Amino acid sequence: MIDWGAIFSNAAVELISPTTAAYALAALGLAIHFGYTGLLNFGQAGFMALGAYGFAISTLSFGFPVWGAVLVGIGASVIFALILGIPTLRLRADYLAIVTIAAAEIVRLLFTTNTFQSFTGSANGLSGYKGGFAGLNPIPEGRYGFGPFEYNEYDWWLRIVAWSIVALACLFTWQIMRSPWGRVIKGIREDEDAVRALGKNVYSYKMQSLILGGAFGTIAGMIFVLPRAVVPSNYQTSLTFFIYAILLLGGASTILGPVIGSMVFWVLLSFFSGFIARAVEAGWIPFITSIQAGQLRFILVGVAIMLIVIFRPQGIFGNKKELAFVK
Amino acid sequence: MSNNTVPSNKPVKSTDLHIGEAAPGCKKRDPILVADGVSRTFGGLKAVDVDHVEIPRGAITALIGPNGAGKTTLFNLLTGFDKPDTGSWTFEGRPLSGMPAFKVARMGQVRTFQLTKALGLLTVMDNMLLGAKGQAGENLFRAVFPFFWSKQEEANRVRALDILERFKLDSKKDDYAASLSGGQRKLLEMARALMSEPSLVMLDEPMAGVNPALTQSLLDHILNLKAEGMTVLFVEHDMHMVRHIADWVIVMAEGRVVAEGDPHEVMRNPAVIDAYLGQHHDEDLGEDPAAEEERVEAIKELLD
Repeated sequence: MIDWGAIFSNAAVELISPTTAAYALAALGLAIHFGYTGLLNFGQAGFMALGAYGFAISTLSFGFPVWGAVLVGIGASVIFALILGIPTLRLRADYLAIVTIAAAEIVRLLFTTNTFQSFTGSANGLSGYKGGFAGLNPIPEGRYGFGPFEYNEYDWWLRIVAWSIVALACLFTWQIMRSPWGRVIKGIREDEDAVRALGKNVYSYKMQSLILGGAFGTIAGMIFVLPRAVVPSNYQTSLTFFIYAILLLGGASTILGPVIGSMVFWVLLSFFSGFIARAVEAGWIPFITSIQAGQLRFILVGVAIMLIVIFRPQGIFGNKKELAFVK
Repeated sequence: MSNNTVPSNKPVKSTDLHIGEAAPGCKKRDPILVADGVSRTFGGLKAVDVDHVEIPRGAITALIGPNGAGKTTLFNLLTGFDKPDTGSWTFEGRPLSGMPAFKVARMGQVRTFQLTKALGLLTVMDNMLLGAKGQAGENLFRAVFPFFWSKQEEANRVRALDILERFKLDSKKDDYAASLSGGQRKLLEMARALMSEPSLVMLDEPMAGVNPALTQSLLDHILNLKAEGMTVLFVEHDMHMVRHIADWVIVMAEGRVVAEGDPHEVMRNPAVIDAYLGQHHDEDLGEDPAAEEERVEAIKELLD
């Protein structure tokens, strides 16, 4: 028989998992790009990879402290954003989409290639960089929590830090988006020529947006690798599309959308995979093997996203009123 | 076509703007914008080829000409939205050529667009506030701390509301600009341009697609700009409008300035008649002359 308790508690765990926080932060960065500025960045996975590798390599190969490693990652993403933005931000939005998707793949392949194995670990990736972060943990050793949310001191430390960063990023984004800066950014999304005609340096604003959202993606990439190892295959294009799915689920130009979207996404994903795996085991779905079942959850996610886009295109938090005017 | 459309509420015209004979490229007493040798080609087509042109300060200048005469291209060049092949121009004595559009706008030369560019998913008020110059809160670092910009924002809001009242859009201030009608968007675009306190306002076909009732109010607003000391340069097709409000008319055809002068004289100029006859030979083929006549009558009535 199916163990419903296990399915639900496994799904509930995802609610506050660091991975959920990482995806929420990356989606918030994408909200700045896509939802507010109208930049089609399809390379958020590249920004995340730079965060993960920037943090891991500077810790492992150069012995940087945690803050130094974080700064290296952010510095790398700023340079990446400049390289992407300088040639493409003067052009139409579509070009940025093409360039970012290609650049993110280039980043991933550079980290995968054997040439830099001593630094990147090639396809095996990197591990053993968490000592510095764990060393900052003020929580005494032991297990804490209740029900499905029972973790050791490192896991709690990681969750607290991850969600604090997400909360700060949300507050920051909320504040700048209601400021005159945010007004210019939203104006650029609507019509950049009109904003240019009002004396705003559109190119500079788009660059600021690209750097800011990219930095969020980079920090997300660091949070993402703290509960696991750095593996290059995690940074495929599909990662970017999952983040887009989260963004659309929550609402593209909202602050809480990416956070709640990420929670809903991961809880549902975990629920589907737990349910299908056990249903196959119990013989409820006779024509599927357990290997196929692992893939089926992504098909269900795809169907769910399609349903959202068709029946609630503004997302969970989006403003229904805006939709009346979408051309 | 008509010679009896001198309206009763005739606006005060500025006269004595030029020096010497009113010929293409003639000198003005007090030019705000002076352009020399401006040319722009698209492939083999020479869209703009202007030897010399001066825009008089404090007056309403109309830029007219048949379709494809290069009026909008000249607009784009002068405002930095397009780059010329050759040429240079100065605005208030300062060279502008090669300057990006946003810097041109900051110097006080703002434009509107032929196809209205209201920022649809911003409220009317946000559209207006975007027009204000020198906002401290538009810097990313200061944006985080409201005490840097909240006072300025409040002042801008008051000014925006004042302009919106004049344009009768104040009741719409919290609506999305996308919910406005075509004519209201034109009004909003003009109001937004005023937020930047420009010295030269360039309107690209301000009457295109506006219903006759709003046309009158738009005309009044353009006349008000002049009354407040701004210089206006506008592109327009409708000769009646031009005759009604323009102090000076520059006629373009095939990329060149073919005539200049005050509106009544310039329309008697053979070069202008040629340019327009050529256009009407092309245009009238597909049009319903009765409907055209009706429209002209409606506008005449309004102007009177």
